[in-house]
Amino acid sequence: MAVPLLEMRHVSRSFPGVRALDDVSFSVGPGEVVGLLGENGAGKSTLMKILAGVYRADAGEIVWDGKETAFRSIREAQEAGVTLIFQELNNCPNLKAIENLFLGREIFRGSSPFLDGAAMRRKALELFDYLDVRIDLDVEVRLLSTAVQQMIEIAKALLTNVRLLVMDEPTSSLTDRETSRLFKVIRDLKQRGISVVFISHKLSEVFEITDRVAVLRDGRNAGEVDAKTGTIEELINRMVGRDLGSRAARVGNVKPGPEMLRVEGLCGPPLVKDVSFTLRKGEILGFAGLIGAGRTEMARILFGAAKKTSGRVLLEGKEVRIGSPRDAVALGIAYLPEDRKVQALVLPMNVRENLTLAVHRGLRRFRAFLSRKKEEELTTTYVTSLRIRIATQEQVVNNLSGGNQQKVVIAKWLATLPRILILDEPTRGIDVAAKAEVHRIVSDLAAGGVSIILISSELPEVLALSDRVVVMHEGRVKTVLEKDQATQQTIMSAALVADGVVVRA
Amino acid sequence: MHAKRDPQPGRNIARALVKSRESAIFLALILLMTVIGIAAPNFLGTGNLYLVSRQISFVAIVALGELFVILTGGIDLSVGSVMALAGMGAAYAMTIGVPPPFAVLLGILVGLVMGAVNGVLVAYVGIAPFIVTLGMLSFASGLVLGLTKGWPITDVPASFLPIAQGAFLGLPIPVWIAAAIALLAHLALSTTAFGRRTYAIGGNEQATFLSGIDVKRIKFALYLIPAACSSIAGIILVARFNSAQADTGKGWELDAIAAAVIGGTSLAGGSGSVLGVLIGACIMGVIKNGLVLMRVSSYWQTAIIGIIIVLAAVLDRAKRRA
Repeated sequence: MAVPLLEMRHVSRSFPGVRALDDVSFSVGPGEVVGLLGENGAGKSTLMKILAGVYRADAGEIVWDGKETAFRSIREAQEAGVTLIFQELNNCPNLKAIENLFLGREIFRGSSPFLDGAAMRRKALELFDYLDVRIDLDVEVRLLSTAVQQMIEIAKALLTNVRLLVMDEPTSSLTDRETSRLFKVIRDLKQRGISVVFISHKLSEVFEITDRVAVLRDGRNAGEVDAKTGTIEELINRMVGRDLGSRAARVGNVKPGPEMLRVEGLCGPPLVKDVSFTLRKGEILGFAGLIGAGRTEMARILFGAAKKTSGRVLLEGKEVRIGSPRDAVALGIAYLPEDRKVQALVLPMNVRENLTLAVHRGLRRFRAFLSRKKEEELTTTYVTSLRIRIATQEQVVNNLSGGNQQKVVIAKWLATLPRILILDEPTRGIDVAAKAEVHRIVSDLAAGGVSIILISSELPEVLALSDRVVVMHEGRVKTVLEKDQATQQTIMSAALVADGVVVRA
Repeated sequence: MHAKRDPQPGRNIARALVKSRESAIFLALILLMTVIGIAAPNFLGTGNLYLVSRQISFVAIVALGELFVILTGGIDLSVGSVMALAGMGAAYAMTIGVPPPFAVLLGILVGLVMGAVNGVLVAYVGIAPFIVTLGMLSFASGLVLGLTKGWPITDVPASFLPIAQGAFLGLPIPVWIAAAIALLAHLALSTTAFGRRTYAIGGNEQATFLSGIDVKRIKFALYLIPAACSSIAGIILVARFNSAQADTGKGWELDAIAAAVIGGTSLAGGSGSVLGVLIGACIMGVIKNGLVLMRVSSYWQTAIIGIIIVLAAVLDRAKRRA
């Protein structure tokens, strides 16, 4: 490697009670795309936040462009050419795309305080043209998809004189097609000599886009893997420090039983146009499709969280009316939403309180009072069986890792003893080991007779777990694939529009 | 891993007390009382403390009701005028011969109707609590003025007066009433499913809804509580002054909200406690009384109260960051 653009040497950083980084070194060459991997809590984010000036290192040095530096703020790092794009996008949802793009970097008419709208528009069009995305500049950002919002963030970085772009899990909520567009942009950036640090849990993608992968484990360097010659197994072993065995394998593949749920002609504009399918007892029914295909909306209608305009839902042959989540829970339907922090957890509450939130009825004494003893027993049961790692039941869920948070949400629903469990992106943003555990839990549940609807944008996950796969496209069921027909290729070709769209960038 | 069962629950409670948010403000209250006690020696006299405790109990009752809606991130600005309306209703019923116990229930019922209107508009129609209860503040006080033309109702039966002017075991009756309400409120919030759900809505309304909980019904019910509490306070105030005044309760919504905030309740919802609110009400009452005893002009008093409220919020913020 030539002279590195960035070199972080022997960096350490502690937080109260945690040694987040211990003697970590990391470097990036000019125009190099480096993957940064590790389980949740391995120190990736801390390392990048030290680079960007959010935190200061306790020890170690940072050499940026040949000079020893320590940025004191995100602003200072940006001015030097380092930009971070966080997993949770930092934008103002109520402002238009163009307003977000130029927030803090507005172009003025000469030295007057008035904005030069025309100049900003010209510049924006030029940027998006370069990125090869079409965006309506006058639409409020909250109405745009995550993928488009991400492009705005990248465009924002290009407005500054960016030399190193750090992307924290940029593809976690993108479809495969959007991901390949993002990768095309990353390759273009690389051509222009811009370096990229790519943090992701999707290992195959990391190999696809990066030159080499640096791995962190428990706050220490755990070696590097060459992206051309390395294997996924090698990467996983470095990340977890042990062999995980086969990934996402379905255990105890029991033959599904009689029909549990039948959905006929379900409509709920604008995103759900006509959905019919059946789900059998103990079956895992995968739902694949692009983002915006209407999978989440379909699930929300089934759970009573969104209104349907027509269609029938039959549970064990009898038509049921589901007008609210309360009705759904009473019928034995549970829904694990896609965004656990926003939709599933009461973050300031503790593990016990979150875990029992949906089952107060069964824990009451004299109709009104909650029995603390019953609550604790129930919590203990699920903490043990799902192997949730917590210090005490009174621990606030906000402080748990993503994987443990997700297990608390799963436990909350298992406590309702559901007949049908709808999982919406159950492993998004959780680390490899926790992911494997969630997969194990899901297949155990199905083996135990629970019918499962699995919505996931990760095809390997859908393929490994599902008995059948429903592919949705623009609010309709495009096809239903049996296990032996379902492959990445058959699913993707069904999920994509037929005319004139190229799958690969 | 299992949750640890503490073999010594007594020690556990002691530790929780030291660590709790309430202990800091309780310390502030003691400090405040000491300082005022030194600056104005008659503050600690039994006669004065008796009067202060009675005054505090009125604010505390209203603030306890306010706590419930604030916990969900809501607010009730109409408590002051509901006080006046309920007091007026009870007083009027007594003057036309309704026996006091029934008149009291009637007054509370009038208040509950206003609370129900607030609740329906907030929970089922989906209008912001600030606007709904601001409207109700204006409507209820206008209703009182319109019906009475601004005249007080004075001929309240003497048998009714002890609920404000009487004493039991050396403490004013209103203090006992406030204590009873506080106990009920504490039990409701910390031991019932209703209380748990109230905190859950304040912590994450969407997640609570998606857990199969009828959020709207709980929100509706919650707006009945400040209405009931302020009705009770308003009716006791009638007994305190031997008459129902049209301008009773004016500005009390601010005192109630201030007591809650000083007591560590977050206006964003999700955190706050009965104990905190009680201490907050005590701090407000003690400061007001202390300033009078130290002969600070009433103009300056309001300014000082304003500073205290903001200071409490700043300290709370700083403590949470630490």
